Amino acid sequence: MSQNRVLTVNSAAQTLLDTLAENSFDDVSNKVVADFGCGCGTLGIAAALLSAEHVLSIDIDPESLEIASLNAEELELDMDFIQSNIMDLRWRGPIVDTVIMNPPFGTRKKGADLEFLSVAMKVASQAVYSLHKTSTRDHVKRAALRDFNARSAEVICELRYDVPKMYKFHKKKEVDIAVDLWRFVPASNQSRGI
Amino acid sequence: MLSSNIKGVVNGFPLRIEAEKVVEKNVEMNGDFLKKMFEKIEWKAFVEASRGMGYTELPEEADASMLDSDEFLSRFHHALLELHLEEGALVCPETGRRFPVKKGIPNMLLHEDEV
Repeated sequence: MSQNRVLTVNSAAQTLLDTLAENSFDDVSNKVVADFGCGCGTLGIAAALLSAEHVLSIDIDPESLEIASLNAEELELDMDFIQSNIMDLRWRGPIVDTVIMNPPFGTRKKGADLEFLSVAMKVASQAVYSLHKTSTRDHVKRAALRDFNARSAEVICELRYDVPKMYKFHKKKEVDIAVDLWRFVPASNQSRGI
Repeated sequence: MLSSNIKGVVNGFPLRIEAEKVVEKNVEMNGDFLKKMFEKIEWKAFVEASRGMGYTELPEEADASMLDSDEFLSRFHHALLELHLEEGALVCPETGRRFPVKKGIPNMLLHEDEV
């Protein structure tokens, strides 16, 4: 168990963290931040360390959540965790300011990252930070602006993402793919809640 | 607790709290944050959730002018950020469906026939 409790940060997530730390305090510091598909908790923990007032980390997998909550505990961070499928979340009201996420964009279930984005854009009132494959950049931009009502959709930087072979359906041992770090601004007049 | 209402996770709103174990944590008070949150939450649901966890010091009705009172702020702060539902359940008011809370983590997973 103990060796699982190490925060693993891949290079893409690391860049997201650096970006938040350097430029984006206004989206995190003193804000309510949600981490969608939190895994072992890295992004939400980073938000808490960057003085988010409150962090909600959500994942479908109970083991990930347990590791995430142990990680938070070890760092003496007070965070909340919810076990849920992002697509089945129901919220009431404009509670969350900023969503940060490293959504699944594998090829197994095409478009899962956009499903996450669709929910994030309804939940966040201030900003959504998210990683998506560079090869889908045009598609992501169109979906964000046209379907998800984004006021702006901007690629902050492009990076390489090393995907270790984690699942049986991964054919190659390790894949290196180009990934964009996006910042989306949701429409301001939308009533929040899904 | 704030699982259910600070976060406003809803499947039918508001979820009723069945508390088996509530833990209290000390959290530093941030007045500006509380004022912002006050605008965002539904007071009635919040009062009920707090009661569900055994905290009965919140007034039935509240308006923004009360935020000038330190006593009100500290009660609001306590209920919002310091009380945590560790073990118990969140119960859907419409269907009675129980979402179990274990080690402070609500399980909102739906069964196949509930999606």
